[in-house]
Amino acid sequence: MVLKIFFPRCCNMADSGLLVGRWIPGQDTAVVLAVVHYPFIPGQVKKYLSDLRSQIQVDLTVLGSWSLSKDGQKEMDSFLKDLSTIFPHSRWLQLSREPGKRGFACEVVCKNGHAPASDEEDKIIFVHYDQRKVMLSQLHPVLENGADVESSELRAVFHTVSRSEPLFLLDKYDDGPLKLTHWQSDGREASIIMELVKQASVPICMLLTMLVCWWKWLWSLRLLNIWPVCFISSKLSTCVQAGYRTDHFQTVFSTRKATTHMDFMRKANMFVSFFVDIALGLLLISWLYRENRISQLANTLVPAADHVAKELQELLEWLMGAPAGLKMNRALDEVLGRFFLYHIHLWISYIRLMSPFIEMILWYVGLSACLGLTFALSVLSDIVALLTFHIYCFYVYGARLYCLKIYGLTSLWRLFRGKKWNVLRQRVDSCSYDLDQLFLGTLLFTILLFLLPTTALYYLVFTLLRLLVVMFQGLIHLSVDFINSFPLFAMGLRICRPYRLAEGVKFCVLHEEPGAPLHLLMEINPLQCSTVLQCYRIETSGCSSRDSWLTLCKKLFVGELIYPWRQKSTKTD
Amino acid sequence: MAENEEFTDIRGKPIKLSCQDYSPFCREFTVSSAKLSLVRVMVFTCIVWLLAYAAFYLTQNTAVLSSAIFVTLCGMLLHVHFMKVDHETLLVVGSLGVQLSSTYASGRESTSFIEMSRIKDIVINEAIYMQTIIYYLCILLKDPAEPEGVGSVVPLFQSSKPRLNCLVRVYKSCQEILGQTERS
Repeated sequence: MVLKIFFPRCCNMADSGLLVGRWIPGQDTAVVLAVVHYPFIPGQVKKYLSDLRSQIQVDLTVLGSWSLSKDGQKEMDSFLKDLSTIFPHSRWLQLSREPGKRGFACEVVCKNGHAPASDEEDKIIFVHYDQRKVMLSQLHPVLENGADVESSELRAVFHTVSRSEPLFLLDKYDDGPLKLTHWQSDGREASIIMELVKQASVPICMLLTMLVCWWKWLWSLRLLNIWPVCFISSKLSTCVQAGYRTDHFQTVFSTRKATTHMDFMRKANMFVSFFVDIALGLLLISWLYRENRISQLANTLVPAADHVAKELQELLEWLMGAPAGLKMNRALDEVLGRFFLYHIHLWISYIRLMSPFIEMILWYVGLSACLGLTFALSVLSDIVALLTFHIYCFYVYGARLYCLKIYGLTSLWRLFRGKKWNVLRQRVDSCSYDLDQLFLGTLLFTILLFLLPTTALYYLVFTLLRLLVVMFQGLIHLSVDFINSFPLFAMGLRICRPYRLAEGVKFCVLHEEPGAPLHLLMEINPLQCSTVLQCYRIETSGCSSRDSWLTLCKKLFVGELIYPWRQKSTKTD
Repeated sequence: MAENEEFTDIRGKPIKLSCQDYSPFCREFTVSSAKLSLVRVMVFTCIVWLLAYAAFYLTQNTAVLSSAIFVTLCGMLLHVHFMKVDHETLLVVGSLGVQLSSTYASGRESTSFIEMSRIKDIVINEAIYMQTIIYYLCILLKDPAEPEGVGSVVPLFQSSKPRLNCLVRVYKSCQEILGQTERS
């Protein structure tokens, strides 16, 4: 039997007294929490412990005696040893320390009064722990229910120390009934500002929750839920971002107290990331609204849009001739080219119409950055989407045409082989066609086949353009998602207070002397950064639904529409 | 109390095993592999720089040279910090648990501690590694759902990969301590 005694480092030099702590059930493990000093009345100690026991739900007992030998205290030792008859116990520890020596001596006295056999003497492990760090740290993976705590010895130790927090709250200026040594702060610090903030936080939270409720009610109005508004707002990334932020806001400022560790961390992460987001947004504003940058931006934006339209026009003219030496179907080529050229013409006139107002629009839109950098980025993404609407239109026309051709070709190819698609049974059946039908089908098939390269070329070019825009938007979405989901608070905690998030513990052997019990030092092993990220990410839907590359390629080949890849589930075409 | 012995790893390079007996139920085994050899570092650096100089000769672009310096420095730092393990330590404390730690050449230490209640046994296992069969020491962990079964396996001395004779030494000492714990 090896006896393990977890001993706080702060009690190393404590005066003689009684050890207060807990025997972990099922294991031969004792956790020492504090030392009670002389003078005390045994009845008072018992009463104090029973009060604490009912308060913190941990069965604290008197484990034994502790004596630090000094001159002329020999009689004190024998007195402390005699105390074992007063306190109820099954095993009584007698720890003693000589001033010159580094190690402790330990004797275990069983209930029947005599020391156990001599070969048990050396089977004692002292594990020295830092009481404050163990109290504050949280072992991972986090178990939410308290039932599993006793399954592992270390968890039980951590649980015992962290539950005994009321015991440590007494600081050294408190004049309680007992004089205790344990980890203690040098008096509690209080600042007026912090107290005022604490007092004010509840009403502020209530007010903000009410505002959020109103905001949500406004959004849930029937007028805003009719089809086009609903559809457009689900496609605008600004609205999506607003939805996220409202949810975060509601979680952070809810007046319910976060009881579990995970709840608390989620709230804190959201709060910190919200603040950092707003700070970055304000920085952006202070940069943007200085030195007339807005009007510079507007002055470059309109010519840029014009330039893009011009380039597109040239591209179309190139396609209408003999692009890359390919010989297209002249008539179809001309028709398609004219159609797209007309669109560009419309677009240019639209830009011209808009150009006087663009500066004003930018000025007002830039103000959205005070809601956070993520809002500014989402607005940028929306602006890009609006300014490249013509590319989107081209892409849709091209894709639709191409898709129709592909479908026509596949069904006519079936006709070619004397088969048809049975809709009822969802399979290909054989079918006997008339001669006329076969003739007409073959003719149409030939026409479609010969016209396919022309449409395919247009489709290819516009798909590439569209992919460019989608990639840019995807980058913006990724960065917004990164800011939204990054657990800043947990990361900060990991860097500044590594012991708060513990992956486990590590031991190192302090010193060994033959015959003396083994002394180990328990330190806290901080959680790895990658685990912190994985464990405390704030959930967003952005990364969850994404097409695989294979399905994307397949869609591109068949000519199905690729929308921005996110929100795939809402889109059905 | 500490004893040092020379062994070889599976590639035939010399490694050193030192056992430290703290008490009858607490033992520490340290396997230290060979230090980073200066010749290899020099050869690697020279190759990269010669290649960079050849590229510079062709392109006449000085950015190539500075990037080569950057690449060698970064590569060395990363290698020393993340790849090169200096020594691996196994600390077995009876009835408390087993602690594995590996120290990298830069001094970074990664440690993990496994409680005795989770450990089922420590065994020597065989594995197919590239084209050979090697032996390795591993800890069998209990499956929380099924106390008799083996939940997962934690291999020990992963980077130094000692040969069987070294593993047998460590295995015997570990079994002594584990047996003591089980008996009592």
